[in-house]
Amino acid sequence: MGKIERIHSSLLSREVSCRELTEEYLSAIERDNSTLSAFVTVTEDCALETADKVDKKLSKGESIGMLSGVPMSIKDNISTKGIRTTCCSKMLWNYTPVYDATAYSRLKLQDAVLLGKNNMDEFAMGNTGENSCIAPSKNPFDMSRVTGGSSSGSACAVSSNLSVYSLGSDTGGSVRQPAAFCGLVGLKPTFGAVSRYGLIAYASSLEQIGPMATSVEDVSLVFDAISGKDVLDSTCNREYEESTFSHLNDSIKGKRVGIIREFSQGEHISSEVKEAVNKVVCTYEAMGANVVELTMPELLQAVPVYYIIACAEASSNLARYDGIRYGYRAQGDFQSVHELICRSRSEAFGKEVKRRILMGTNVLSGDKCSYYYDKAKLLKDNICRQFARAFEKCDVIITPTTPTPAFECNRKAESVELLCEDACAIPANLASLPAVNLPCGVSKTGLPIGVQIIGNKFCEALVLNMAYKYQQEAQLEFCTKWGVSQ
Amino acid sequence: MKYLMTAGLETHVELSTKSKMFCSCKTEFAGEPNSRCCPVCLGLPGSLPVINKQAVELAILAGLALNCKINTLSYMDRKNYSYPDLPKAYQISQYDVPLCYDGFIKLSSGKVIRISRIHIEEDAGKLVHNKNETLIDYNRCGVPLIEIVTEPDFSSSDEVREYVQMLQHLLRYIGVSDCRMQEGSMRCDVNVSVRPADSDKLGTRTEIKNMNSVANMVKALEYEYKRQTELLEKGESITQETLRFVESDGSTSPMRSKEDARDYRFFREPDLLPLHIGEAELKRIKENLPEMPSIKLERYVKEFGLSKTDAQHLIKYRRVSEFFDEVAKLTSDAKTASKLIIGQMFSLFSTEAQKEEFSVKVTPFQLSELVALLSSGKVNSSLAKTTLDKMLLSGKDVTDFLSAEDLKGFTKAELENLCAKAIEQSPSAVADFKGGKEKALMALVGFVMRESRGKANAETAKECLEKLLTDN
Repeated sequence: MGKIERIHSSLLSREVSCRELTEEYLSAIERDNSTLSAFVTVTEDCALETADKVDKKLSKGESIGMLSGVPMSIKDNISTKGIRTTCCSKMLWNYTPVYDATAYSRLKLQDAVLLGKNNMDEFAMGNTGENSCIAPSKNPFDMSRVTGGSSSGSACAVSSNLSVYSLGSDTGGSVRQPAAFCGLVGLKPTFGAVSRYGLIAYASSLEQIGPMATSVEDVSLVFDAISGKDVLDSTCNREYEESTFSHLNDSIKGKRVGIIREFSQGEHISSEVKEAVNKVVCTYEAMGANVVELTMPELLQAVPVYYIIACAEASSNLARYDGIRYGYRAQGDFQSVHELICRSRSEAFGKEVKRRILMGTNVLSGDKCSYYYDKAKLLKDNICRQFARAFEKCDVIITPTTPTPAFECNRKAESVELLCEDACAIPANLASLPAVNLPCGVSKTGLPIGVQIIGNKFCEALVLNMAYKYQQEAQLEFCTKWGVSQ
Repeated sequence: MKYLMTAGLETHVELSTKSKMFCSCKTEFAGEPNSRCCPVCLGLPGSLPVINKQAVELAILAGLALNCKINTLSYMDRKNYSYPDLPKAYQISQYDVPLCYDGFIKLSSGKVIRISRIHIEEDAGKLVHNKNETLIDYNRCGVPLIEIVTEPDFSSSDEVREYVQMLQHLLRYIGVSDCRMQEGSMRCDVNVSVRPADSDKLGTRTEIKNMNSVANMVKALEYEYKRQTELLEKGESITQETLRFVESDGSTSPMRSKEDARDYRFFREPDLLPLHIGEAELKRIKENLPEMPSIKLERYVKEFGLSKTDAQHLIKYRRVSEFFDEVAKLTSDAKTASKLIIGQMFSLFSTEAQKEEFSVKVTPFQLSELVALLSSGKVNSSLAKTTLDKMLLSGKDVTDFLSAEDLKGFTKAELENLCAKAIEQSPSAVADFKGGKEKALMALVGFVMRESRGKANAETAKECLEKLLTDN
């Protein structure tokens, strides 16, 4: 049973009131957040107000939903009405949305208790959490290591039990990689499964909001609540007929599990990760699944393709921050509007954000567009076709989530090695596929290792079903010394 | 040496939708600044566009009316540029695959102006420059537009004038836009170049932006033609640049040159799905397309025997022609109906908007009743006129204003009696007429009309009098 179900039954049995539970989380945040930097904003009033509302319902004997009263948090690039939403950027430091993101409003409707907004890499650009404009989130398993990113605060908060679950966003591994580094289950849904309305855009065509939690059950419950057609997002137009939760325990006998040679034998993947992933594959085999070996050399192009497309879209998405209507505005007198915009942007954006805006502007400009952007789009289409072909031969694909477990802080951000960190995660974004990170082992240094299960489009139910079956079999438990005692 | 003008037009037209292109804010002109805005049209972080289906339909309707082909699959693209009136810093438009392409419009001379494409896009906000500050009004931001692009097929300002007027008429007629240049719901950019008459090679062109009246367009074109011709005659070259029209002195002045031309960094809009127009959908939209004015004109002349001028009057406004069509169905004398509509009914309205609206109290059926009485000779034209005036004021049927006696009509025998009486009682007029003063006959006709209380037909009375006078 996942944490959400446990909390739900203890609320129903009145073993604990929602206010008591919420206060427990709030005081743990109060105590640990200065060390961990999991939250950029704590929403105590909002949390307690909802908690009281849930307690009132319970005392009146009204029925409550599974997510009602469960303390949770949200990455700070997901808009929350009346609650500051900063993207952990100086640019939006004082920006308060006038509307809720659809994913959050669906949880709000169920009386989810919002504890606060999670730290992140500025505008979701980065994979260490170190690009935040505040102190980076700490990896609760080893304070000298990164949490991964960009959903760094989400991973930190959930793994240190300062929050039951968190909504992150995943553009090129931003949910799965930090989930892998922090021993969590993290789902990147199919593109179009969860509404992006209210998600402050980085690379629109690649990103999705996804849940991060300590169990497959919790991830499944949250996914079921936030997914489905939204009239405010044209690309999110599919209604799921059945919940993923109802399929978690389906038999996986005869399922075809694909492994990609470029990853299972890849030199850039550390041997302990390869071993851990291999063990997962063996477990599935033992449970009656059939293993299919695939070769997909196109995936080796995924990282450059991703950076070209993501940066191109980012250059357009972030162009609106001009210091005129909202957000940061430079002080002083200006000769022109142009100067006001230039100075505001120069002063408010961090280094990585500037780098990506420049790169994206470059790959779309004039003749370069056909050399870079157009080619990247062709290669992306090719990767999609290869996956479509692969899914004729198998039902899910298993790869490592990251080449190594969490690495040390302050690695040079320029290094190509850091970009290649996301080589296993990026293909699912390029091909719009659902993919989940699942903890599958512990490194020699005591750090979590993650495995990735990729499914065909809109097959979240199967992906989570496979994940759940492994979770039940492996019985892995990760505990940290932080947060609310479990 | 003689120089020839070559011009092409890009026309922006605001579509007559209720709501904006990508959100549900209202599109009405003016209003309290920034009162018709939401997170989507203000481009607030995280907001997403949702395409307005009515806008797509109107754009297709425009395409069909301008003889375009419709792409069953087209795309929305981002046109990136920073300007304070554009809150997303990109305009959602269509770049390489527009909704409509390959159309044409035929001028009265028979010359064909090719339309290369029509695409849909959103409008920007409006900057208001005061003394020490600039204010921004986003009410217009996100209003749906189509851009109609012609090939460089114009060779005179007269052709441009006719094209714009035809376009205005057609788009209003099919209900796509009100095309009010003064209010900015129609704006033109003109590309113009000149070349020596003996040369086939097009000259370097300049672009005059944002023309807001046909008269100014003609002035600007003529100014540019003269300016460019003079430069060429002096042996100088033309700079490719973007110009604005200076209303105060009718000249043009540079806005920006080609060197700082913008690089819009177009790419597919990732927040919107490709635009699929299905067969069935296209068929349904085609059925909504009214009979085109040019076809209607031909029909009126052929079928009803109307003069071309009268037919043109009727087709100028869609509601008028629709009213006429209704009456024509109910009567065998459409020509008489057309006279009443053009003459008497039309003169009720003075402004374009009123004419466009053509809101009259009389129904086509009521008018057809009057036409029937008139053409059967039961009432004469002057009685018909006064009756129609009363009907237009009250909305009542023709029978409410005519007595039984009025409707009985006027028999030939009665007319002949009255005519004889007239001759008998007006000897001097008879003498004058016989003495060669043809006009004297009118005094006799007047007598008949008075005696008949207007029921007699003046024409027939005249004939009858002539006959009686010459027979004697």
